[in-house]
Amino acid sequence: MVDAKLRVSFAGPLVTFQDSGRPGHMRYGVSPSGPMDRLSFAAAHRALGNLAEQTCVEISLGGVQLECREGNVSLAVTGGDFSVDHGGQKGGSWCVLTLRQGEKLSIRAGASGSWAYLAFAGELDADTWLGHSATHASSGFGGGAIRSGQMLIVRDARTCPDRIGAIPMFSDIGNEPIRVVIGPQDGHFQKGASHKFVSEPYTLTDAYDRMGMRLTGPKLALNAALSIPSEPIVRGSVQVSGDGGATILLADHQTTGGYPKIATVISCDIDRLVQSRAGQSVKFVAVSANDAIAITRKDAAMRREYLDRVSVPRGTLEQRLLGENLIHGELNT
Amino acid sequence: MKAKFTAIADHALLVQFSTELNDEAHDLVLALDQALSDAPPDGMIEIVPALVNLLVDFDPMVSDHATIEADVRAKLKQLVPASRQGTTHRVPICYEAPFCPDLPAVAQTSGMSEEAVINVHLSGEYRVMMYGFAPGFAYMAGVPGPIQVPRKPTPVRDIPACSVIIAGPQCLITTLVMPTGWSIIGRSTVQTLTGDPDQPFRFDLNDRVQFERIDLTSFDRLTRETVHG
Repeated sequence: MVDAKLRVSFAGPLVTFQDSGRPGHMRYGVSPSGPMDRLSFAAAHRALGNLAEQTCVEISLGGVQLECREGNVSLAVTGGDFSVDHGGQKGGSWCVLTLRQGEKLSIRAGASGSWAYLAFAGELDADTWLGHSATHASSGFGGGAIRSGQMLIVRDARTCPDRIGAIPMFSDIGNEPIRVVIGPQDGHFQKGASHKFVSEPYTLTDAYDRMGMRLTGPKLALNAALSIPSEPIVRGSVQVSGDGGATILLADHQTTGGYPKIATVISCDIDRLVQSRAGQSVKFVAVSANDAIAITRKDAAMRREYLDRVSVPRGTLEQRLLGENLIHGELNT
Repeated sequence: MKAKFTAIADHALLVQFSTELNDEAHDLVLALDQALSDAPPDGMIEIVPALVNLLVDFDPMVSDHATIEADVRAKLKQLVPASRQGTTHRVPICYEAPFCPDLPAVAQTSGMSEEAVINVHLSGEYRVMMYGFAPGFAYMAGVPGPIQVPRKPTPVRDIPACSVIIAGPQCLITTLVMPTGWSIIGRSTVQTLTGDPDQPFRFDLNDRVQFERIDLTSFDRLTRETVHG
């Protein structure tokens, strides 16, 4: 098999290489990184028959434009509702297509969503750190940021005619409130703060990157003279600074910090949360830790079923038309 | 010392020994960290030890908070002090310009000469208490009282990697270009992120660091040697 080479004619900020992430080093100050929206990342790979741990390109609202210089390669675009322009043919994310030598592909912010994923049928070349290409954006460790002028190389590039077309989307719970478990430092807040957090709407600000998203909304007042020793942080921790403003820490979070945390977003709701954009309203709802586990397990079963469905080739156009018994004389002309 | 357990989201348990900094709590963190590393409960993904508390991250498909808590409680009942004696690392440091922009201010605040500040800093034995904030940021305790200075009110941007910075009793060697409100008193030739896949992080928890003074000429030579491998 041969390699495909794609020139990056344009890449916005925060377009990075990401694999499934590097857990296991938080004790050394290293957050796992990996995709902001883990489900969309997995769907992009599975739609091509790839392993869901491989390297892909995570695309921010800044977008990316590529030109295929050598070879032909099938690719999948998932995540949010981005605009995809394949040599003048316009569509949205959640599709598999084949990019041929000389063709251009542009993926830009569309109607909604903050992160898109571009996976290739083959192995995307990227530097690794601690065994993973996942980019820790603030340090640049891992595969790193993708920049205009760079060449992307897909090893053993394949085309998958039996996978071309739309990728089904996960039927998640849409705009339902984001579920959190209260704590661990809810006791450091003035009475009623955690109730306020889960009963009033917050708005996502443009202070939003791979480290975290800052919210505006009702202030969460801390008890006076507060000083807590630095303690561990996880993806989803909602930390509150001295001015009462909340920040949700995300894929490239710092691993310890001294700000009290009023709540933590449960893992399966983070993919939904990160696709919000600045100015959008977010509501939170409290669940117990036990319910959080039950919710995650149920959600994981649904995700497995969904990803299995995504990974089944749908057949070539001809096979599909035959299967649906839609071949008529005029189509054969 | 009683442990307090707090469930975090659907995938972690925080074990807290104290709400304030103290050695007894930190020793318990180290001992529990070792016990969990030696015999990890089913589903444990990683342990994040901090100053007076420790987080156990687990796979919610395999375990839950109550199961992890029961395992930790059982380990706490028969906890022995961490047996691992930290390694002592000798770390070269150059206190000369342009690596020490805050040395005059530290000298002024502590009411001693710059040379005296350097000697006091060199006299300290530094203990790795915790990693945090950014990859390879090893927080070390042990800055001697006379040169303990508060953080600056405003962080300064673009501080180079390998800067040796201090605030209060803490000292650290930076690993990235970053802003800091700590006082920058020198530069080391040693990278905490080693680039060695077998031992990517130079220090382990509870390791000791002894700084050794080098002049600018030695700094340049050592840096060249590092660059050329």
